[in-house]
Formats: sequence, C-alpha cells, structure tokens
Amino acid sequence: MKTLLSLIVWFVLWEIAGRLKLSTIVPPFSAVIEAAIEIAPTEKFGKAAIITLRSFGLGMALALVIGIPLGIVMARVKGVGRLLGMWVNIFVSAPISALVPILMAVVGIGETTVVVTVFLFAVFVITLDTQVGITHADRSLVEMARSFGARRHQLYSKVLLLSALPEILAGVRLGAIRGVKGVVIGQLLVAIIGVGELFEVYSNNFLMEEFWALVVMVFLFAFAVSEAIAALERRVEYYAAAR
Amino acid sequence: MTEAIVEVKGIGKTYDSGVEALRDVNLSFPKGQLSTLLGPSGCGKTTLLKIIAGLLPRNAGQVLVKGKPVDGPGPERAFVFQDFALLPWADVLRNVAFGLELRGTPRPEREEVARKYIAEVGLKGFEHRYPAQLSGGMRQRVGLARALTVNAEIILMDEPFSSVDEQTRRKFQEDLLDLLRHHQKTVIFVTHSIEEAAYLSDQIALLSPRPGRVSKIVRPDVDHSRSPDEIRRDRGYLDTVDEIWGMLRQYV
Amino acid sequence: MRRWQLASFVLFFGLWELAGRWPVSPAFPPFSNTFLALVEMTRDGTLGKAYLITAQPLALGIVLCAVAGIAFGIGMGLSRAIEWLSLPVFIILQAAPMAAIIPLLTYMYGIGLTSKVLAVIMLAAPVIVMNSYKGIRNTPPSLLQMCRSFQGTRVQEVVKIVLPHAAALVFTGLRLGLAMGFIGIVIAELLITPTGIGDLISYHGSTADYPKMFATIASIVAVAAISLHLLQRLELRLFPRD
Repeated sequence: MKTLLSLIVWFVLWEIAGRLKLSTIVPPFSAVIEAAIEIAPTEKFGKAAIITLRSFGLGMALALVIGIPLGIVMARVKGVGRLLGMWVNIFVSAPISALVPILMAVVGIGETTVVVTVFLFAVFVITLDTQVGITHADRSLVEMARSFGARRHQLYSKVLLLSALPEILAGVRLGAIRGVKGVVIGQLLVAIIGVGELFEVYSNNFLMEEFWALVVMVFLFAFAVSEAIAALERRVEYYAAAR
Repeated sequence: MTEAIVEVKGIGKTYDSGVEALRDVNLSFPKGQLSTLLGPSGCGKTTLLKIIAGLLPRNAGQVLVKGKPVDGPGPERAFVFQDFALLPWADVLRNVAFGLELRGTPRPEREEVARKYIAEVGLKGFEHRYPAQLSGGMRQRVGLARALTVNAEIILMDEPFSSVDEQTRRKFQEDLLDLLRHHQKTVIFVTHSIEEAAYLSDQIALLSPRPGRVSKIVRPDVDHSRSPDEIRRDRGYLDTVDEIWGMLRQYV
Repeated sequence: MRRWQLASFVLFFGLWELAGRWPVSPAFPPFSNTFLALVEMTRDGTLGKAYLITAQPLALGIVLCAVAGIAFGIGMGLSRAIEWLSLPVFIILQAAPMAAIIPLLTYMYGIGLTSKVLAVIMLAAPVIVMNSYKGIRNTPPSLLQMCRSFQGTRVQEVVKIVLPHAAALVFTGLRLGLAMGFIGIVIAELLITPTGIGDLISYHGSTADYPKMFATIASIVAVAAISLHLLQRLELRLFPRD
C-alpha cells in the first residue's frame, strides 16, 4: 500500500537522522525499536500499561454509558436538548485539561482523577454526535415505522439507533481519540502513575530511546483504537449514503 | 441539406473499469439547428456530449468542428451543466462573465456583455444576487447566460432542465427556443424526456444502451411557428413521441 | 431562543451552587463564592495580567501555525507527491496524544516562551493542515470541469476555483486550531512552568484558595468558549451554507 511505503520512507529518514546525530534528542529508529522490545516485557512497563488501559477503559465505558443515552434524550426531548445543548457545545471544544487541577484537589491524586479526565475528554463529543445522529434520523423512516404500528421501543431499536449509527460511531471514534489524549494528559498532570509517569521518568533521565519507544507505542495505540472503530464505521457505511 | 457544423465519426469510449460506454458512433449536427441525444440511462449520451465538448477523452474516432478535428475544449463550444456549476461565492454578474474572465477580457467590457445576456434570460435585476439566493430554474438561466456570453457558435446542454420543476421546465423550453432562434446558435442537447426532445428538436438521435450506439435518427414533424400549446397538441408532435417511445421501450 | 439560554444558565449555575454547598469536598466551592472570587481577581488586575502573559505564546503559536499550516495543507492538496509523503503522518498526528511530547519540549527548550509556543503549534498544526488539505481536495469536480469547458488554464483553476472554495474549510481549520491552541497553552502552563493563567491555577491550588482557583479555570473555559463561538458566527457569515 502506498501509505505503508510513505511511512517506511519516514522510518528510514528517522534512522539516518539518528545515526547522523542531527539532534541530541533523536536516536536512530532502530535504537528506538530495540528499546521498545526491551521495555515491553518488563514489570514496570507492564504495570504502567495495565493502569493506563484500565483508566482508559473505565473512562470510555462511563462516557459511552452516559453520553449515548444523554445524546438520545437530548435529541428526542426538545426541552432537554435546548437546556443542555449550549453546555455540550461549550465543553466539546473547551480546554478540559484546565479542569484537571480541580479534579486533583477534589478527588485526589490517583487513578480516579485520570478516569474522570478520560470521561470528561470523551463524553461531550459522544453526546453531541449521538444527538446529531438521532435528530437527523430520517423522518420518513420514523413515519413509515409508525404507520406500520411500531411501538416506541421498536422505533428506537429498529429504526432510530440504526439510522443514527454512522454518526454515533463517528462520535465514539472521536471520543476514543480524545480519551487517549485524556489518559495521557491526566497521567502527566497527576505524574505518579501509568505511562504519564514513565514519560516523565524517561525524559528527566534523558533516556531518549525509551522515551521515543513509549511515544511510538502510545501513538500506535491511539491509532489502533481509532482504526478499530473506523472499521466498524465502514461496516455501516453501506447504508449511510442511502438515508 | 444544411451543412454540418459538428461531426462525430467512429467515436468509441471505454471507461477504466472496463465498461464500454460508446461504440462506433457516427453523427452529424447541422448548423443552426437543435439536435438532441435521447435515450435511457446508461446509453452514454452525456458521455458523448462531453466528448464533443472536449471534456472527456475518447478511445476511438474523431470529433470534427467546422471540418477540423478537435481534442479539447474550444472557444466555439460552450457547455451548460446539469448541476449548474455556478461559483457559490460569486454573484450572478461574475458568474455570467466567468467565461470571459478566463479569457482575460477586461472587466468593464465583460460585465457589459454579461448584463446584456442576464437581461435576455430574464434575470435583469438579479445581477448582484448569489446562487444560494436563487431557485433552481434561475440558476440554470445563469448557466445559460454564461454560455451565451462567450459567443460560442455551438452550445452543448447536458440535461439542463432535469433539476428543475415541471412548470418551470415548460416555460424554459419555450424561452430557450426563442432565444436560440434569435441568436442562431447550433445546439446539441441531452435529455431523457421524449416530450422535451420532440418539442425542441430539429433532429433527434436515439441512442441504445450498453454499449451506446445510434439506433435511429428522427426528424420530428413539428411546426415551430405555432404557439407552444398548439404544438403540444399537434398531430406531428404526438406521432413523433409515440414513434420514439415505441423504439425506446424495449430498453427500459 | 433567549429564554432557553437563560434557563440553561440558571440551571447550570444553580446546580453548581447546590453542589458546592453539599459537604462533599472542601475543594469544591459553590458558584457564588467562585463568582465573587472572579470579580475580585478582575478588579485587582491579577486576572488581566495573567491573560496578557498567557495570550503571548497562544497568539504567537496560532499565527505561526496558521501561516505555515495553511500553506502546507494547500501544498498537500495541490501536489500528489507531498500528499503521499505527508498525509499518513498527519493522520497519525491528529489521533495522537501530542501532550506526551511536552515534557521533552521542556528538556530541549527550557521553560520559557519557546516551549510554550511549540506546545501550541504541536497541538494546533495537525487540524489546521488537515482542514486546509481537505478544502483543496474536496473541490467539486463539476466546477473544475466548468472551468475547463471555458478553456481555463490550470493556474486559473487553482486561483479562481480551488482556493476560494478551500477558504471555507481553511477557516474552519483555524477555528478548530484555536480550540486546540487553548488546550495546548493550558497544558503547557500546567506542565512546563506555571505562568499566566496556569500560574494562577497552580498557586491558588497550592494555597487551597479554591474559589480563586475555580474562578480562574472557569474564566479560561469561558474565554475559549466565547472566542470560538464568535469565530463560528463569523464563519457562518463569511461562508453561508446553502
């Protein structure tokens, strides 16, 4: 694939730049890969990874469980939509990281803060996109279902949610990307757990190979999560255009 | 017999996907007359029109304009698009003058010509409106004015009225005939509407689908000097419509 | 519309007041205390001074990012070669938690203005570049054909059709870029060295003056929200949607 070729070119350039010692902070790509292979099986890394994944998973689960139903209610109940709409819009683009110090003061310095950070980073875009998806669900489909006697729960399960699925999935994907940013930022600010701690340790001790190895792994994780959801999106793509 | 201003000889076109859109198409278009390419979807009529316009490359054959072969777009041919293709950020005046703008005609001159044609298509007063503020019918008038402004002898129209409602469409057809007669243009028209073709055309080329080929050429027996409503009830018109439908129905 | 907005504000601040008075945590001040703290800080100028300091790297970063980012995005859109090389990188960068690299910035460039400007640029650049790129790529083929049908040259095509059409998305990219810029500067000021707004937040946090800490945070959220909202209104004015 063309994309792969392009990335390979970049890896080669990285290798050359590293070997030529163009910058003190950029080791050769091969050294980074070596470091990655070295630290991956260590206990320290394992613990950090587990904590990070746990916080990410919990935060995202909360965001989905609260965000999607909230988006649905906002779309179907005019009053709720109008009351909350403005706030959702504000918080979707707001610098949520500014709220982390508060979380640290109120909830304490630890994993809970990170989970809440992930939740806050992800939930607003999920809610917004769900709301948009349900609002724009084809009215004529709803009328059609009603005309055949569909009851309310059938309307939701058989028409509305499926019709809005492309938008909902898009929102979930954006939410997941933000969630990864949230877990990293949360951990960097809290500074004593997970990969955030590792980032600090590596950069403070000038362990550049390890630092970049971790960067690559985290970036890959973010990309993998995004692509996984994009794959789901592609499965519903076939009907998105025909709505 | 009026001389042909445009001729296509042996035109063939195959898409990259392998689909053969046109095969060995031979047609001549008489000067000053309105010729129509008519057929069901997939018969390649728009493809053929765009090849004549020089917007699509062909795989075989030649397009001759005034006896000389052509390869790309040229100043003697102007295209009117099905979806209008207006610049959304430009007002009507600029849109109509756009063809001349591309040629480097100085602004006062091109705006003067544009204003003239804006008035002729019935949009006087709308010079500074934007496409978003116009109805579909009005947007298409802008497209037509733009084509007239460059003073091309041959106007190519790709289903120009299909995005417009029925009533507007009828009025448009009537106005179009008046306009074209006045300016003595040659028009090559694409449509899938039999009535439209029979009403407007001096010559109709029926295309059959997959691959596109000319199956028949019909010259409607319609007396254009009569009023539009009389024409639509005229024997010759109705017979033409029936004849064409009889030939096309097998492809539906 | 106005009534709902008012009700929305009242609801939000009302809940905030109640939540603050609930004995959950001393660190969560009710709305009234926060508001008073906000007024006090505005009056004595501390808030204003902090914003002046924070605004510098933010503005500098966004301007640099805009100029370079838009140019690059346009380059990506017009040249298949540049697109092939850069697109995969920017797609990854958009999804990536760039904040992870901020500790490195501190190491390389110290704790001054440079690091903070770079933090803003790193977070805002991907979205600005991608939007400019998409603006170029999504030019309707119909308009391009129309230009060709009137024998327009490639240069005319780019200048008269592709670029004006891309302008709408470029503007959107700038708006989203500014949003990312706010995020970047806040993270930078919390992580690198507190200055400006970040300083106020950290200081009041460490002295347990929670109303003032909260007020500062609320103010930056409000500033971001208002400026982005204004930009969106401007965007809809300049580029009306059909």
